[in-house]
Order: sequence, then C-alpha cells, then structure tokens
Amino acid sequence: MALVTDQPPAPPAPLPTAARGRKLIPYWLLLPGILWLLVFFAAPLVYQASTSVQTGSLEEGFDVTWHFATYWDALTEYYPQFLRSVAYAATATALCLALGYPLAYLIAFKAGRWRNVLMILVIAPFFTSFLIRTLAWKTILSDGGPVVSALASLHVLDVTNALGVTEGHRVLATPLAVVCGLTYNFLPFMILPLYTSLERIDARLHEAAGDLYARPLTTFRKVTFPLSMPGVVAGTLLTFIPATGDYINAELLGSTDQKMIGNVIQSQFLRVLDYPTAAALSFILMAAILAMVTVYIRKSGTEDLV
Amino acid sequence: MTATPARQAVLSSRPVRWLRRNLVVLAGLATLAYLVLPNVVVTVFSFNKPNGRFNYEWQRFSTDAWTDPCGVADLCGSLSLSLQIAVWATVGATVLGTALAFALARYRFRARSSVSTLIFLPMAMPEVVMAASLATLFLNMGVTFGFWTILIAHITFCLSFVVTAVKARVMSMDPRLEQAAQDLYATPLQTFLRVTLPIAAPGIVAGALLSFALSFDDFIITNFNAGSTVTFPMFVWGSAQRGTPVQINVIGTAMFAVAVLCVLVGQLIGGRRKRS
Amino acid sequence: MTTTAPTDSSSGTDVRLTAISKSYGAFTAVHPLDLSVPAGSFFALLGASGCGKTTTLRMIAGLEQPTTGTVRLAGQDVTGLPPHKRPVNTVFQSYALFPHLDIYENVAFGLRRRGIKSVKKQVGDMLDLVQLGDFARRKPHQLSGGQQQRVAVARALINHPRVLLLDEPLGALDLKLRRQMQLELKRIQTEVGITFIHVTHDQEEAMTMADTVAVMNAGRVEQLGAPADLYETPRTTFVANFLGTSNLITAEVLDASGDTLVLRAADTKLALPRARCTTAPQAGGKLLVGIRPEKITLTHAEDAGTVPEGRNRVHGRITASSFIGVSTQYLVDSPVATGLSVYEQNIERDSRLAPGADVVLHWNPGHSFGLDAAQSIEAGTDAGEGT
Repeated sequence: MALVTDQPPAPPAPLPTAARGRKLIPYWLLLPGILWLLVFFAAPLVYQASTSVQTGSLEEGFDVTWHFATYWDALTEYYPQFLRSVAYAATATALCLALGYPLAYLIAFKAGRWRNVLMILVIAPFFTSFLIRTLAWKTILSDGGPVVSALASLHVLDVTNALGVTEGHRVLATPLAVVCGLTYNFLPFMILPLYTSLERIDARLHEAAGDLYARPLTTFRKVTFPLSMPGVVAGTLLTFIPATGDYINAELLGSTDQKMIGNVIQSQFLRVLDYPTAAALSFILMAAILAMVTVYIRKSGTEDLV
Repeated sequence: MTATPARQAVLSSRPVRWLRRNLVVLAGLATLAYLVLPNVVVTVFSFNKPNGRFNYEWQRFSTDAWTDPCGVADLCGSLSLSLQIAVWATVGATVLGTALAFALARYRFRARSSVSTLIFLPMAMPEVVMAASLATLFLNMGVTFGFWTILIAHITFCLSFVVTAVKARVMSMDPRLEQAAQDLYATPLQTFLRVTLPIAAPGIVAGALLSFALSFDDFIITNFNAGSTVTFPMFVWGSAQRGTPVQINVIGTAMFAVAVLCVLVGQLIGGRRKRS
Repeated sequence: MTTTAPTDSSSGTDVRLTAISKSYGAFTAVHPLDLSVPAGSFFALLGASGCGKTTTLRMIAGLEQPTTGTVRLAGQDVTGLPPHKRPVNTVFQSYALFPHLDIYENVAFGLRRRGIKSVKKQVGDMLDLVQLGDFARRKPHQLSGGQQQRVAVARALINHPRVLLLDEPLGALDLKLRRQMQLELKRIQTEVGITFIHVTHDQEEAMTMADTVAVMNAGRVEQLGAPADLYETPRTTFVANFLGTSNLITAEVLDASGDTLVLRAADTKLALPRARCTTAPQAGGKLLVGIRPEKITLTHAEDAGTVPEGRNRVHGRITASSFIGVSTQYLVDSPVATGLSVYEQNIERDSRLAPGADVVLHWNPGHSFGLDAAQSIEAGTDAGEGT
C-alpha cells in the first residue's frame, strides 16, 4: 500500500559516528598550516613589535624599555625615504596600469590564435632571475648608450631634466631609472589579474554597447573598464605593495639620493645592526600600507576581493 | 564634436584611421617589447667578452662563458642550493597550503574569517617587513642562519600563494562530482583520491609552480635570513657589487630557454590530447 | 491526508520512507511524510523548484541526513548508512560526470570501487544499451548533452542498484531531445526492471514516464496516484492547476441531497456528480467546480438550440483565440468566471468563433470535478506561485 500521511515528527535520527568524526576534518586540515603561520608569521611580528620598543646595544644586549621614541626618531630621520617610496611606488603602479592595460586588452580580445604565444611572452621573463634582468637595465640605460642618446636627441631628457627626474645626460642613478626598474619588475603582476578579469568579459557586450549607440571610447569607459575593476584593483595592489618595500631597484639602478625605505630597513638590520630602528621602520611601513590598502579597497568598492 | 572640417579630414585620412584602429595593438606590443627587452640583453650579453670585471658594455663575441658555465667560484654551488631550497619549499608550501585551501573551500568552521585574514596578510605585506620580522625571531631564538632558516622563510611566504591557487580551483569544482563518487560506492578516502584530487590537480600544480618560481627567485627574504649562506640570487646580488661574470647571463638565458621549452612542449601535448 | 495508490502489497515495496523530514534551521524543506514505492515501478516526484522533491531524493541516496524519520530499502533500515554503502545509484542533475575520466572509466567507476576486476564486458554491454559503444574513450566534455545524459544513466545502472534515483535528468536538454530521452528512459526501465524514482518539475514528463506520480508542494505530498487519475480527479487546486490547465468556477451548492449536486454560479445552474467531489458538500455552502479546457465544447450563440440536454451550459464571449495546429485555444469571459480556457480540436472549424463572438460553453457534468472552496483558486498557477 503506497501511503502518504502527515505525521507528528519522529525523534531525530542520532548522528552516526562517522559524521561526528567528519566534523573534525577541517580542523585537522587547518592545524599544520595555521600552526606554521602562527609560529613563523604571527609570532615574528610580535617579536618585532617588542624589539621596536627595546633599547640597548649589540654588546650589552637589548631590553624592552617601552621606548616609543624610536618610532618618532625613525620617522623624523627617514621621512624623506618614506615619502619617496610611496611616490616611486605610486608612479610605478600608475605606469604599470597605463602600460599593462593595453597589453592585457590585446591578449584578451585581439590576439586570436596568438593569445597563448603572447601569454608565454608575458610570463617567460619570470624564469630569468629578476636580479639578472634588473642588471640588464644597467646596460640598457648605460651612459652614452643608444637608449640614452636617442632620448637626448629627441629632447626627452630635456623634459625629464626639467621635471627633476633625470640629471644632465644620465638616466642611471636618477629617479627615472628606479621608477623604470620598478615598473618593469612588477608589470606582470599588473597584467595577469587585468587579463583574468578582461578575459571573463563577454565579447558580445562590446557589440551590444555599439548596438546601443556607444562609440568605441564610450564602450570602453562605460562597459569594459568598469567590468575590469576587480583586475585593476588586484593589479594595483599586487604592484604597489611590493614596490613600496622594494630596495633592489633603488640599490642597483639608483644612487644614494634615490634610497627607498626598504634600503633603510635593510641597512639598519643587516649592516648597522640597529634592530629597534629597523623594527620600528618595518612597523610604520606595514601600518601605512595596510591603512592605504584598506582605504583603497573601501573606495573602489571591491571588498569582496579579499 | 566640434572639429573643424580640416581637422576632420586629418582624422579620417587613411593612415590616421589605421593608427586609431590599431592603437591598442601597437601600445600592447610596445609594452611587450619593454617586458622582453631585458631578456634579449641578457641573452646577447651571455656571448660577450667584457674588459674588466663588469659585463655592462658590449666588447666582442665569445662563447667562453657557455663552454664553462661553472667557471666562476661558488656560482654553480649557489645554483644547486637554490634549486634544493626551491624543491623543498615547494613541497612544504604545497602540502600545507593545499590542506588549508581544502578546509577553507569545503568546510564551515569557527574562526573562519580570522583564518582567512591570517592567510591573506603575508601577501598584503611588503616582503621586507616579513623578512625583518622573521629574522628577528631567529635572532631572538638564537637559531643559526643557513639552509633551514631560508627554507622556513620560503615556505612561509609561498604558503599563501598556494592557498589562493588551490582554493580557487576547489571552489569552482561541482560538489555533485564528489557526491556522485560516493553514490557509486567510493569510500570518503577513495572519493578524495579518485575524484577530488585529480580535479583539483591543476590548481595544486599551479600553486606548486608558483612556489618554485617564487622561492628560486627570492632575494629580499633570503637576504635577511641566509646568514653567510649564498643562494643564486644572493650570488648575483654580490656580483653586482664585486663584478658580474658572464656566466650569470648564461644561467639566466638557459633558465629562460628551458622554461619556454617546457611550456611549449606542454602546449603541444595538451593540444594533441585535445585533438585526439 | 491519506492517499492510496493503485499498486498494492507491502512485500513488493522497495523504498519505504517513514515520517521522514528535513529542516535547515527554521526552514522546513520536507514536512514529515510517509512514502512507499513499489518494486519495479517508475515513480515520479513532481513539483515546482523548492518544493522538497530533490531533498527527499537526496535523503534516499544518503546525500542528506533526514532530521526525523527512517529510510528503508527492501526492508532494511539504511537511515544511518553513508551513500557508498547504499544499494541505490543516482543520475545527477547536470549529470556530474567525472571530467578527468573518459566515458569508459566513468561507467566502470562503481564496479571498480566495489573491487570488481574484469569490468570490460559489463561496461561494453552497458555502453551498447545506451548506444554509446563508439564513444568509450571520449571525455565527457566532448559529448553532447543527450549523450552525457545517457552516460550518466549507464554509470548508475551498471551497478544494478535496487533503486535508480533520477534528479531532473532531462532538465538540461532541449524540448525535442527531452521527448526522445523520456521514451528512451522508459524503454531502459522496462528492460532492466529496476525501480526508478524520478524527480522533475515537468508535469508532462512525469505523466509520460511514471506509473505513479507524487505531486509535492511546499514540502508536502499533495496527491499521489496514477497519472490519469491525478489528471482526471485532482484533489486540490494545486494539483488541478499544476498538472495541465483547469478552469475553476466558484459555485454555491443549492441542493446536496441527490447523487447529483445542483450548483449555482452567477445565475447559471450547474450539475456535478457527488462522486466527483473531494469534500462533503452542504446546501448553501461553496464549492469549486473544475473543468479541463479540452472537455469543453464551444458552440456559437446562434446555434444554442443544438446543444444536447444534460450538459452544463455557460454563456460567454470570446476575448482571444490562438491557432496551435492540432487545436485552437480560446479565452472566454462569462458571468461565472473570466478568462475561461477552451481547447477545440481543429476538425471542423466554425469561422464564426472569433474574438467578440457570443458563445455557449457546454460539457458533460461527469467530466468536471468538485474541490473545497476554502483553498486558493490560483495555487499551482504562475500567478499563484509561492502561495
């Protein structure tokens, strides 16, 4: 007899032991990785925080004295390097966006069967150690080399000299060289997320916009660019954050006048061995970047990105 | 538009029109040239025979460096050390990261958002901060800097990238596939080994490759945590101060060539499999 | 509510759900229900999305733990068993074929998990049964939707389950292919003789394929029975509207003493056999009279005299007509109800039957049915969605 009835609910079926064991699975999966991050990522930050308020010397050892003045001293002494880092990183990020967007767009929409080849060309430079590639810029921008000569004869150097980013007939050891190196180093980090979000856009949207009387530039402004915002935000973050803390480009392509905050931390930590100052500088840098990133993510309305 | 007729004529003349239509292509190719130019220089200068210690100016063609790539003291030793560290860092970060990614993508648990933040933070931080803080820990603990401190540092910063890559893949996976496997008599372990793992594999491989590349090429974190141990990037850094041997360019070019070759072979195999 | 299905004998029962229910927090997806599916039958769970039919299916498969109640398969309590220990297999919505395995390995998956070594012959036979012998080494994404669907069926059937569960298996196919696969699935079921439980929101699909249909609404089974019984004698307005189309007319009961009830709707007298009524009508009470559009005959008002005696007649005016091919559909406004739907076979078309024409609608009282007037008249229609 096939029967259908509404009945008072029977008591709930007890949870089988297997299901109860399964509830613990996520914690077992999390345990090793989280433990690792707590010990080797979070704990070091705590140690660093304590170091930043210590005083003492290498010979006599350091003690926690809650010496917050280290922060103030570090800021007053090194604020030019801070500002320079942010300025260089911001310029490099803007340049990366300006240079990277057309290439990402080209690969996503116009490359056709060349798409894979272009992708390989974007990624391939990664495989040569970036220090070697940065050194290659020393050759490319060398004094009296073809690039510098061409820039001089095209009067580009006159303009950059006027802007104060180059000096005389030199590009190396100027802000231009450092920004150029930063831009180069972090360009792929801009292109890849841009490409990912552009590639998801249905190409028919362009046709639809055109059909609805949008000119190509309007289509870009009103359709393509807004839809690529997740890529723009991810790309700018992936470029700006590491660029701010970088010290390799300033060291290899710049002079002492182009030192960034990374250079200061590095030399305080590894050469001067003034650990409290290095720690305080690190914390200021970290706080500044986290604050800027938070504001940026809020403003761009892509909070679900992280 | 309020263009004068003359300006209109210029704007619609044929070369200008072509330029306008292909502006994106030209700009994109220019960026590509900017990206690839240093690699070209590295390759060309691997055949240089410089005067003096620095390989920055072209002198004359020579294959000396190619016939004797290990001819510089410590270079090949540092290369082999970098490869070892990269392999172990990849293994460590991939195992830990994959487990984290599965937990995040598949399960609800307490403190989920704190866990996500803890994993995201290492990526939202300049390397130099992480490098200095980890070195502070090792200093305080009295650990001797060397292979192990480098390896630990590398696993730590690769971990988050693996989680991101694997999580994306696992999240996009249809949960019905695992249900189907269980429905077809697969035990939970068999389901994981036969269905979940193979389908998540591309994400895991991507995370592993990224780890390898990041670890092999890392300088900043290694700089702080290596002590007197010299990895390949450390060697290059040192040589920038003391004198750059041509062999550096040989290694750089060879790595580039091997990587491109691997990608091309992979593409060919993938393409053939798709066709058959 | 108790409903009796045409099939009998509890020994031949394959699936027996007892007081089974499922809640997610405060939301009850399935209210406690009892259900018995006879062995070897083709059973359909029919309902709109969110009515609890898929949840019920997943509780049988073991993919969902019931909040209360028990699941029995062939007399054995399997409520606590995980999916891989239950002798049932599922054809998933959108198939869930393993993308990294080829067709052969997809079909062999269940056999291999049970430790069967020589699977070649069985897989070959099964692929032949679903006419995919030549596709063994293809990957799922290289197959069309209909082929993927057949692989999903083969992958489940090769295990000779006690019960095959089908979760909207034809939802992703286009109309023509769907019709073809309906017949195909029916053929396979007859051939292998396994109990099929089929979840669908397509009432035609359920009626075409199933021996027994359970119509579900808001986590409850509204009515259960053979397709023809459900269609001819719906017990609720939901079933009347969800299964095909019904014209529902609110009427007042004038006389409930005889075998034939006498009703009045807007000055029109209607007759309805008491046996066709699901409630106990009382004189002075209200009743809903239902009549299917194809059971109504349209006659032009000028020929009203030709309508035979003994038929219910309602006057009205055509507001719209559409030519469908085999039939013409009319919408008629009348004093008893607006928007009455009428299907006329295109045998001898009366050219006067055009919008604006005055007509008489008439039908055999035995073809109509009576429903409790206390329920929503729009339940189960698009307008009544969510009520």
